[in-house]
Amino acid sequence: MFYREAGDFKTTYVDDNQTFPIKFDRYRYYAVLFVALAIVPFLVNDYWANAVLLPFLIYAIAAIGLNILVGYCGQLSLGTGGFMAVGAYACYKLMTAFPEVNIVIHVVLAGGVTACVGVLFGLPSLRIKGFYLAVATLAAQFFLVWLFNKVPWFYNHSASGQISAPERSVFGIVVTGANADAWAKYMICLVFVFGAAWLARNLTRGSVGRRWMAIRDMDIAAEIIGVNPLKAKLTAFAVSSFFVGVAGALFFSVYLGAVEVGEVFGIQKSFLVLFMIIIGGLGSIFGSFAGAAFIVLLPVFLKNVLVGGFGWATDLAAHLEIMILGGLIVVFLIAEPHGLAQLWRVAKEKLRLWPFPH
Amino acid sequence: MTGDMQMNAMTDQGGYVTEDGRKIGGVMMEMKNITLRFGGVVAIKDISFDIREGEIRAIIGPNGAGKSSMLNVISGFYNPQEGEVWFHGKRRAPMKPYQVAQQGIARTFQNIALFEGMTVLDNVMTGRLTQMKAGMAAQALWWGKAEREEVENREFVEKIIDFLEIQNIRKTPVARLPYGLKKRVELARALAAEPKLLLLDEPMAGMNVEEKEDMSRFILDVNDEFGTTIALIEHDMGVVMDLSDRVVVMDYGKKIGDGPPDEVRNNQDVIDAYLGVAHD
Repeated sequence: MFYREAGDFKTTYVDDNQTFPIKFDRYRYYAVLFVALAIVPFLVNDYWANAVLLPFLIYAIAAIGLNILVGYCGQLSLGTGGFMAVGAYACYKLMTAFPEVNIVIHVVLAGGVTACVGVLFGLPSLRIKGFYLAVATLAAQFFLVWLFNKVPWFYNHSASGQISAPERSVFGIVVTGANADAWAKYMICLVFVFGAAWLARNLTRGSVGRRWMAIRDMDIAAEIIGVNPLKAKLTAFAVSSFFVGVAGALFFSVYLGAVEVGEVFGIQKSFLVLFMIIIGGLGSIFGSFAGAAFIVLLPVFLKNVLVGGFGWATDLAAHLEIMILGGLIVVFLIAEPHGLAQLWRVAKEKLRLWPFPH
Repeated sequence: MTGDMQMNAMTDQGGYVTEDGRKIGGVMMEMKNITLRFGGVVAIKDISFDIREGEIRAIIGPNGAGKSSMLNVISGFYNPQEGEVWFHGKRRAPMKPYQVAQQGIARTFQNIALFEGMTVLDNVMTGRLTQMKAGMAAQALWWGKAEREEVENREFVEKIIDFLEIQNIRKTPVARLPYGLKKRVELARALAAEPKLLLLDEPMAGMNVEEKEDMSRFILDVNDEFGTTIALIEHDMGVVMDLSDRVVVMDYGKKIGDGPPDEVRNNQDVIDAYLGVAHD
């Protein structure tokens, strides 16, 4: 009933290719955009921004990036944490070396640097596949973290070995450092998320995306129809690392402000982002958002319910939280191995017919 | 080249006219003394044959004769240890399958090799990838060439979809389709590349009579309407004899017959290979 295609005829291929071909979907998307852009910035406070919105938005970018590599191109990677670190350190070096340049440009350039590093570590993918490739990317993870710890040039020889973001502003509004307002941080992340999702959608619906998916589904057949596997895999690594690098840069400069590489960008970060896309749905932009939301929001939600609602002790709640989260992941994956995005698709299929299924 | 000269060139190279009046042109692809070994196993032993422009060429033989290996040599999966592959009058250097595809050779597989995670439309669109040249930046912004190219290629793909009568399953994920339709989608994907030479590896394996009839009709139509040269491997002798202009027969990696269907049918070596012969 809600997702009706009846009467919604497409007369051009451009119309047929649009991202939200069903009217209801389109309006829902506009509504979400409107709320995110015009309402949330006025309501957001420090707690909401730091506990919920910023991590959700930044992880969404990282998840989109990893989803391009794993979900669309089928190349398993465990180097996400390392690549985020590259983005963060590149951003830090750029911010301190060129203080007069806009932070937005620095973040994008940091993504570019990460893309180059990603291509470098993507080279083994031409020879090795699957789990073996995952182990090879693990090398990237450990090597990069070691590098940023070991070489003082990367953290400008600071005594603590940490990097901390200096204050920078966009259009005169402070977005990094201690004096940044919650809404300003939120807005800059939102802009990057919107940009990342839009770019990722464009790339995955065109010929580049088809090359990636062809390699994912059957690399031999992909080659026979004229896909150069070298180029397809390396572009996937480049684009994926670009988004992951942007996420790392924002994670450092806007969200945390100060970073110690081993703690923040360790192996657990790689797994976290990988879990997001597995739970959210491989090969789906929406799934990246859903997975990031699930992993980021659920602990906050549970904490609020258990501590705030039932008045339990914080430590008890913290342990229960982990158990419930783990349990839910198992339940979700049994119910729908293809993730939340697939659940969403099934729900839409059902809604198309509801309430008259015959 | 003008039409006249082309005709002359064809007749010079010994083109011929088939019984049903189709003009077969000059040699498009020539395999010269191909030998392919896997370690100690000799899969193909010193085989030569040619494929002419506009022709339907069949490769037959008992199981394990090396037919699929032959197709794999043509499409670049294997590089033969000995022998030469000539395409359009030029010797082909050893190349990767994707480079072969860019030269205008498309193929289907014995076991369907579709992209299961994608819809029928996307699968057929992948056939156009050799034609799609928009850069990464244009695609990321979905601007200018990227969108234009997408629509142009979509129009072409829709023609193929109409031609193979799969309009109603356009948006269905391939994984949900029955076997016969998958075979047809795979043919659509190969055709979308506008190949000069189309290689079909057992296009009718596992099909019932009706599906075989459909497939035969499509193969003939492809050859007729698009002028595509076709080389196919098939086990159904009825189909092979009806469809093909010339047949190569292989057995144990050797060529034991080559010629029009009627000639091959009466070749004693071929009969022996298929029916078996007492070795004394």
